[in-house]
Amino acid sequence: MNNARATALAAACAAALLPSAAEPHGFAGDRFFPATLLTDDPFVADEMSLPTLTFDPTAPDGSKTINLDVDISKRLTPDIGVTLSNGWQHLKTPGFPGVTGMTGFSTELDYQFFTNAPHEATAVAGLHASWAHTGRVQALGADDFTTLSPLVNYGKGFGDLPETMTWLRPVAVTGNLSVDFPTKTQSAGDQHPNNFNYGFAFQYSLEYLQHHVKDVGLSAPFDRMIPLVEMSFSTALNRGQGGQTVGTIQPGVIWSGQYFQIGAEAIIPANSASGRGVGAMVQLHFYLDDLFPNSIGRPLFGN
Amino acid sequence: MRRVLSLALLVAGLPAAAFAHAFLDHAVPAVGATVSAPREVRMFFTEPLELAFSGATIADTGGKAIATSAATVDPQNPMAMVLSLPSLAPGRYTVRWHVVSVDTHRTEGSFTFDIGP
Repeated sequence: MNNARATALAAACAAALLPSAAEPHGFAGDRFFPATLLTDDPFVADEMSLPTLTFDPTAPDGSKTINLDVDISKRLTPDIGVTLSNGWQHLKTPGFPGVTGMTGFSTELDYQFFTNAPHEATAVAGLHASWAHTGRVQALGADDFTTLSPLVNYGKGFGDLPETMTWLRPVAVTGNLSVDFPTKTQSAGDQHPNNFNYGFAFQYSLEYLQHHVKDVGLSAPFDRMIPLVEMSFSTALNRGQGGQTVGTIQPGVIWSGQYFQIGAEAIIPANSASGRGVGAMVQLHFYLDDLFPNSIGRPLFGN
Repeated sequence: MRRVLSLALLVAGLPAAAFAHAFLDHAVPAVGATVSAPREVRMFFTEPLELAFSGATIADTGGKAIATSAATVDPQNPMAMVLSLPSLAPGRYTVRWHVVSVDTHRTEGSFTFDIGP
């Protein structure tokens, strides 16, 4: 066997032994979409938030809450994923002793039905379910009913703008739309309306600026930072509460590394019905596909 | 709670043993820079590259591909990929790269640079 044939054979063997290339989390072309803290992501992934720690703004009734949430996302196929979430809460209501406990278990099934690399666009359709009686119903007000929420999440990067618009090309927007369908219309005297939920995340990716648009000399950790403003709102549609809206606006920053990301945001109530004062949220989020590329970081089927 | 913390510490301790997606760290010519007649584009990534599945191309302002030899991984630095260039006229050029890191993660990207008159 001559050298050329031996080299070709070795390359063929290497190609056969090498697993097919795994697609990275949160990418559409050049655009990397981080896992946002408040709003849902427009992609399926093998990732885990452990934990998300939230100090909510003071509620309208004066109560204060601290939440510790965990969620894990797993791809079943390259385009279909599930997310499991659970939370723990400490609630302090004025005049009453503090209460702690689980706030409820939720699941989500997502299908990433659209990805356009040149235009840095991606979209997901899914169904979120928060399950009845999986949290402390009486002590913490956890739901005694299941809520099903069909949803659409989308993301769009603006790297396809004309190259003359250098400073706008790092911008990206992600968003969510969903409607809640509670399985009980009322319980314990409270009405449970259908809600229309909508949220946005406006991101300015310094990573994109530095590595795809213009090397402006940013070094670590700034070259992996994504300042952003997230906002999420929920508007009741019926059952005596139609038109009532609550929501928050959350400016912050995400730093994305090779194996995990760290995010921190302030929480500003959008109106008086959403609370008062300023809260805060921090999150440590792991990329399981990078940590465990040959095991739980891969889709269960396909790829 | 103790279980959660234990799992967090376990996961946090793992990165040193793993590889990840290879991202562009920097390039010469620099992303978006204006230079004079470079002989090559040298791209430095954040992870070692798998040569057989990595490459780069370059196109001129009109999108016409420039003929080059195949990009190579620097034998002295497995995280660097080199694309040798022919003599290029002044103008804007777009480099498109795709790489597979040694743990099979694939990433791709692009950037431009200008050659001044």
